[in-house]
Amino acid sequence: MRTDPIILGTAFGYLALLFVVAAWGDRRAEQGRSLIGSPTVYALSIAVYCTAWTFYGSVGRAAEHGPSFLLIYLGPTLAMLLAPSVIRKMVRIAARQRITSIADFISARYGKNTTLGALVALMALISITPYIALQLKAITVSHAVLINYPHTADTTLIDERFWMDKSLWIALVLAVFIILFGTRHLDASERHEGMVAAIALESLVKLVAFMAVGIFVVFVMFEGPAALFAEVAATPALMNSMSLDSVPGGATGWVGMLALAFLAFLTLPRQFQVLVVENVDEQHLTRASWLFPLYMLLINLFVIPIALAGLLLGVSAGDPDSFVLTLPLSAGLEGLPLLVFIGGLSAATGMVIVETIALSTMVSNQLVMPLLLRSKRLHLSTKGELAGWLLGIRRIAIVLILLLGYLYHALIGDSYSLVTIGLVSFAGAAQFAPALLIGLYWRGATRQGATLGLIAGFLVWCYTLLLPGFAQSGWLSTTLLTEGPWGIAWLMPYGLFGLENWDIYSHSLLWSMLANIGLLVGVSLFTRPSPLEQTQAALFTEAMHPNLQTTSLWRGQTTQGALKELLIRYLGVQTTQRVFRHSGSKHTFVPDETAPPELITRSEQALAGALGSASARVLINSVVRGEALDIEAILSILDTTSQTIEYNRRLEQKSQELAQIGEELRSANERLRELDRLKDEFVAMVSHELRTPLTSIRAFAEILRDSGQLPDEKRKHFLGVIVHESQRLSRLIEEILDLARLESGRLTLNPKPLDLAALARHSINAIAHLHEEHGIALEVTIEVDPAMVIGDHDRLEQVIINLLDNAGKFADRQQPKVRLALYRHRRHFRLSVEDNGPGIGIEERERVFEKFHQIQQDGDIPQGRPKGSGLGLPISRGIIAHLGGRLWVEDAKHLGGACLTLELPAAPDDNSGKDSHLVKDNGSA
Amino acid sequence: MKPSGAQSRKAERLIALVAITLLLFCPPLIIVVDRLPSFSVGWLPLYLFIAWAVVIGLTAWLMEHRAGR
Repeated sequence: MRTDPIILGTAFGYLALLFVVAAWGDRRAEQGRSLIGSPTVYALSIAVYCTAWTFYGSVGRAAEHGPSFLLIYLGPTLAMLLAPSVIRKMVRIAARQRITSIADFISARYGKNTTLGALVALMALISITPYIALQLKAITVSHAVLINYPHTADTTLIDERFWMDKSLWIALVLAVFIILFGTRHLDASERHEGMVAAIALESLVKLVAFMAVGIFVVFVMFEGPAALFAEVAATPALMNSMSLDSVPGGATGWVGMLALAFLAFLTLPRQFQVLVVENVDEQHLTRASWLFPLYMLLINLFVIPIALAGLLLGVSAGDPDSFVLTLPLSAGLEGLPLLVFIGGLSAATGMVIVETIALSTMVSNQLVMPLLLRSKRLHLSTKGELAGWLLGIRRIAIVLILLLGYLYHALIGDSYSLVTIGLVSFAGAAQFAPALLIGLYWRGATRQGATLGLIAGFLVWCYTLLLPGFAQSGWLSTTLLTEGPWGIAWLMPYGLFGLENWDIYSHSLLWSMLANIGLLVGVSLFTRPSPLEQTQAALFTEAMHPNLQTTSLWRGQTTQGALKELLIRYLGVQTTQRVFRHSGSKHTFVPDETAPPELITRSEQALAGALGSASARVLINSVVRGEALDIEAILSILDTTSQTIEYNRRLEQKSQELAQIGEELRSANERLRELDRLKDEFVAMVSHELRTPLTSIRAFAEILRDSGQLPDEKRKHFLGVIVHESQRLSRLIEEILDLARLESGRLTLNPKPLDLAALARHSINAIAHLHEEHGIALEVTIEVDPAMVIGDHDRLEQVIINLLDNAGKFADRQQPKVRLALYRHRRHFRLSVEDNGPGIGIEERERVFEKFHQIQQDGDIPQGRPKGSGLGLPISRGIIAHLGGRLWVEDAKHLGGACLTLELPAAPDDNSGKDSHLVKDNGSA
Repeated sequence: MKPSGAQSRKAERLIALVAITLLLFCPPLIIVVDRLPSFSVGWLPLYLFIAWAVVIGLTAWLMEHRAGR
């Protein structure tokens, strides 16, 4: 099964599948039903970070250097944690300024500077080409291993002629693929949706393939992780393989590698492409910030088991970089190695596709276009459309970049292991980080500082990593490494200034960053930025400012005709029409009329999307007279908006406070009105209640005055009525005074320990003659004796008598019955008075405690005996509340009528005995 | 005013999470774990994966729990 036709057929079949997916993705994008509009697809496309280097190289690095391979993924985990702030800011700026690559980004930040853009593009080209070579190498080697196993693979490579080299053909096929899906639009800031969909699919394939190998190795070749690790434990040579000692550079190397991976993740051109340029929606960053780290965790889960298994099996597994393939091969499998090969192919092609698109955009927009714009000859050929040219340049760049990668691979690729090349590229790309990240947050960073910092950092990188690499491949004498140039020991590339015993990457990162950041900050402090640079610096650092408007930054003047001509020449008729149509809603196109500022801005953005911001700037300047808005204007916009925001915030706070105060006032006012209404009602009721007895007293007094000869009997009766009504009147006034004292809080109580049982008996005695008069049967059940409470003797007696009196009044008329019960309820004593009357409806039960409330008895004509003033219960409740108890109405359990229960807390036990006597004596006195 | 308060709380939590992640992945703690009495190939790989998973879990919670508000 491992024959060339089958393997190549599968490989090219897989690439064809990618074509189909990419074409489908593009078709869907044109129909407006995007395939990539989901955060999951976005996270998967970021996984282009995991290249063939992850796929094959991680195991190799784990076998040689223990857990240090994980740092390559922990760094990006850290970077993704910052995604909601740092990357979101980059995405927003890129979308606003139509930025197409990291070179464009850095160039735009430092005043849309052409030189800086070209510098970054060149540096990216130099540092990334080996990385592309690495992918081609991985494909070739994995193919060779697959074909030749169990013989070693590396020897056969040299014998082949170059046209027999599969990696050349792979490179060419990829070139066709990238040209088809990477250069469909002229506008590089438009998304390559088909390509992103294909990349996301590839990310899934490589994950599945790698996990399949891992599961096979751990669970089939060994009987689960426990068995594998037990076997490792029995092999003394492997005991230390995963400890910190095996990490190059130890703890320092650990931190260096973490920092390197963190920086490179943000600055590698392909990561910038998928993270920033291809981002469809800022919100996707939220999901990706944990989903992508999860992806990395999964794809690394089996790296250590595979590495250990390969080391256990020894020679038969071959080179550690190929363990992923050789382990299933050594087990005699046929299908799984093919899947692994496809997984590796996915990892490699995914990286090559995205990286090449990013690099070709940089080459065409930052290197070639500025040169073309400077050439007079081209500038004069005003008639021809340059749109076709641009795409042509980009396509040629793609082919050249891939050929360059292939050449690197063919000439010096064999002397490096996979991880080495990858990390050299990482350190090269990390040089962009200071200019990028510092420029994103520090407005004072200037173009000169950034340029010098980049150059210095890049040179140090060349000297400490790239040059030694050439020396190791035999192009330079290795004495450079061992003795330093011209025998100067402190200039040794791996031990600069005597800093030896560091791992080469941390060493290089330290010195290059020192030079890079040092110059960037140092030079910036002593140079003045140009106005445009200041403007761009403000736009970048304040990108998250909520009210920042980038439109109409132009103050220069030009005619609409000139602008249109320019756009048509570079972008073609269709795009130009789109630009003009968009802003044409308000302004109709008149060739000789002045172009409005926002149209100029839109035109510049459209040009920037296609040509890069520096070139767009040059072109717009060629037709616009005058300058773009300067820093003062921008800053004043920002300052006014920030002041306005602050002012608004305070205003809102104040108005909220005002609203709250208004609400409080309104409720206080309502409460006052209610009290006022209650007072009026109270006065009306009191007058009414007072007038009734007064009227009868007056009436009888007048009768007595006017009719002299009344029989004695009648006179006595009338006088009796007068006395009775006067008593009622004084009782009423007494009650009203009580109520007034209660409500104003002036009621003076004299709380003392007393026996409620004795008090109840005393009250019963007091009212007994009244009950006898009306024939009321009184039943008394006192369960606790004594029942010590704290209370005011006279007032409590008043309450109990009031309850008994009320019960008597409302009891059944034919056979009136009243029942008094005293019992304990937890830490309280309850005294309840029941009657066998009609009871009190649930809705009435609270209202009986309102002042002057009289119960309406259904169909009951006002009865002969007066029911009372309607003040007794409110007063009783007030007194009980003052004594810390409660008074309420409930259903009578025994007699079926109403039941009023009062509850008072039991007095503390210690002095109960002595005081009960005292109160008893008091009560009977 | 309320959303911005929630937003700033989220930002504070994120900063704390970055600090925790740095602490978990950097030397003092790494060296401590590396020097634990060893079993098989040592605790370091296991520790790294567990710490990593915890960080991912916390990030997911922080991001999604606010998003679903």
